[in-house]
Amino acid sequence: MIELPALGWQSIVIFVVFALSLLIATYCTYAERVIAAFLQDRVGPDRAGPYGLAQPLADAVKMFTKEEFFPGGANKALFVFGPCLAMITALMSSAVIPFGNIMNFGNNLFFLQGIEVNIGMLWVFGVVSLGVYGVMIGGWASNNKFSLLGAIRAASQNISYELAMGMALIAVLMISGTLSLREITLQQSAPGEWYMWNIVKQPLGFLIFLVCAFAETNRTPFDLPECETELVGGYHTEYSSMKLGLYLFSEYVNIFVVSAVMSVLYFGGFNFPFQYELRDWFVSSQGWELASAQNLITLLGTVGLFLKIFAFIFFFMWIRWTLPRFRYDQLMRLGWTILIPLAVFNIVLTGGLILAGVI
Amino acid sequence: MAVNDTLESTHKIIESAREQQPNLNPLAPTVNDFNQELTTLNLGPTHPATHGIFQNILQMDGERIISGVPTIGYIHRAFEKIAERRPFYQITTLTDRMNYCSSPINNFGWHMTVEKLLGVEVPKRAQYIRVIMMELARITDHLICNGILGVDTGAFTGFLYLMDEREKVYEIYEELCGARLTTNMGRVGGMERDLSDVAIAKLRAWLKSFPAVMREFEAMFNRNRIFMDRIVDVGAISAERALNYGFTGPNLRAAGVDYDVRVMNPYSSYQDFDFEIPVGTKGDTYDRFMVRNEEIWQSLRIINQALENLPQGPYHADAPHFYLPPKQAVYQNMEALIYHFKIVMGEIDAPVGEVYHSVEGGNGELGFYLVSDGGRTPYRLHFRRPCFIYYQAYTEMVVGQTLSDAIVTLSSMNVIAGELDA
Repeated sequence: MIELPALGWQSIVIFVVFALSLLIATYCTYAERVIAAFLQDRVGPDRAGPYGLAQPLADAVKMFTKEEFFPGGANKALFVFGPCLAMITALMSSAVIPFGNIMNFGNNLFFLQGIEVNIGMLWVFGVVSLGVYGVMIGGWASNNKFSLLGAIRAASQNISYELAMGMALIAVLMISGTLSLREITLQQSAPGEWYMWNIVKQPLGFLIFLVCAFAETNRTPFDLPECETELVGGYHTEYSSMKLGLYLFSEYVNIFVVSAVMSVLYFGGFNFPFQYELRDWFVSSQGWELASAQNLITLLGTVGLFLKIFAFIFFFMWIRWTLPRFRYDQLMRLGWTILIPLAVFNIVLTGGLILAGVI
Repeated sequence: MAVNDTLESTHKIIESAREQQPNLNPLAPTVNDFNQELTTLNLGPTHPATHGIFQNILQMDGERIISGVPTIGYIHRAFEKIAERRPFYQITTLTDRMNYCSSPINNFGWHMTVEKLLGVEVPKRAQYIRVIMMELARITDHLICNGILGVDTGAFTGFLYLMDEREKVYEIYEELCGARLTTNMGRVGGMERDLSDVAIAKLRAWLKSFPAVMREFEAMFNRNRIFMDRIVDVGAISAERALNYGFTGPNLRAAGVDYDVRVMNPYSSYQDFDFEIPVGTKGDTYDRFMVRNEEIWQSLRIINQALENLPQGPYHADAPHFYLPPKQAVYQNMEALIYHFKIVMGEIDAPVGEVYHSVEGGNGELGFYLVSDGGRTPYRLHFRRPCFIYYQAYTEMVVGQTLSDAIVTLSSMNVIAGELDA
């Protein structure tokens, strides 16, 4: 049962989601450096502001004030358009993620979600696919062989791993029967059955999706498109100032979105154990109204979701600073000959288990 | 069709241009060969992956390398020519800067060459101290090579753990000679100062803490699936080809030939120590990586043995013509004053002779060919630099593989630009 949210409140929520994505991506840059330092036995940024917390602000100022440089022979319009497209698609994909359950103030009901569509999963998948264009256009428009190599690698890598990711999503679709991310989240929380997060029903699918998530966001061990040691800078070799800032930023927004999608699809989203029991306790023994108790549970659920997202982001960064990267042909081999058969097997297995009534 | 005619005529123009200037400037824009569509990629002098400055112009078909032309000499500093104008003790600073990752080995190799020419016998204690320092230098050289191999495949953290250990070795160097990287260690006839108690304490502390770090590094890389996929069967060279090119050192030992100057032609009391020579089988990058890892453990063995059995005695030979007298004596003793003056002014003539001496450097047999005509400076000094000799084989090792493999092969060969160009 989906209630119609109040449009006025909804627009505020959309704005908040947008600002939140940007803010989290900003502090992802700071977190990356602090986590890298932690793993490497050293201290991260600690000069700009207390504990270096104003470092992203300093970086932003630097990038805005740098000279706008176009390499000779580059196609100016496409050169600027590439990072813009990457940023647009990254931010668009965060619009459908259910950050929280229902909130009500008086007669106004709204979801803590940008837009609630019943094709949520398909939307995320489609927009992430569009993100490939941003990398490809930028690399090609740079008039630089290293950038071109990086762009080609990025395009083929993204396309190959989207297939396995889509098939892992199909398995989730088979279990939930709906593409709407909110519905999938709600289905993982029947009262009294808090343990039925999808990770229990779909462990193999989760592993496949995790590997493909690394590949889609161009993170190590799949960061061939931008690896420094081979391609100088890959597709962002020739970029400087805010255009480079947009590329790097869109990578972190992508990491945030993909972590959120994984938390929603497999780890229960904004649900947390014993949430219904807690709400009922507030209503029955503390004398609260149901609406206020629900608000509190929603807020706690959102906090829980963000904890899950941050855990995934930490995992992304931990892996980046530990593992070496794949060579190009090994990466293709992994995507096509290992992940896709595994994903197909996962679908068949899921179908069998559904038929047998186990799931 | 008109389009085909235009393409044909453009092709003819480019072909004729090529014939007119056979040495096409590699920095010019791409000339696409319309029959095969090859690209020319300039793995240029400035590239994050070429450690040092040397250039490789690769002809590539997509990601595969068809051929390559290496260009060296970007850091050629004319050391051999400069050496013809320097007294012997001033040439030590030139040798520092060849293989700058393991400069004590270069220094002592040079000192041993001069001692061979002069017929000076170095006392046992000095020889053992030299062995300790050379093995420390070898360990740090291999630490850099293997750490950078990890960085080039994308795993940055392992390198930083090893660099921390290298910093501690720098402190040990500092105790002995005052410098960290370009050490100018030792003097003709021995060492300039004894191993102080502080130096020995730092060395013992390092020997205690280093094995754990090395084991952690090996746990992270030796059987890491992604790492092994990257470097097994990459950049292989057979033992026969390697010998034909004149390879020495870990690169040759990885190919299967157990040639090590320390064992074949022992110098500086290496025959007193018990150690093994690790040898690979296929000569690929993984073998080079593992051979260097194992050599680090063997060097640790040597250092431990040398430190346990360090003999008492003088730390320099009695060679008053070439070894500075103690400063106290200079103020009180006439002969010491005269020797001090003549040595510092470089007025002492070397005996006439021609001598070759080689040591096992971090990269292979580092040889010094010294021709002296009786003057105060060498008549001719040639450094047999292993990097220079085995870099010629690089193109052969990477043809047919991808760009990623080329980068990894280059790192694993430990090509150090200072030693390549001298």
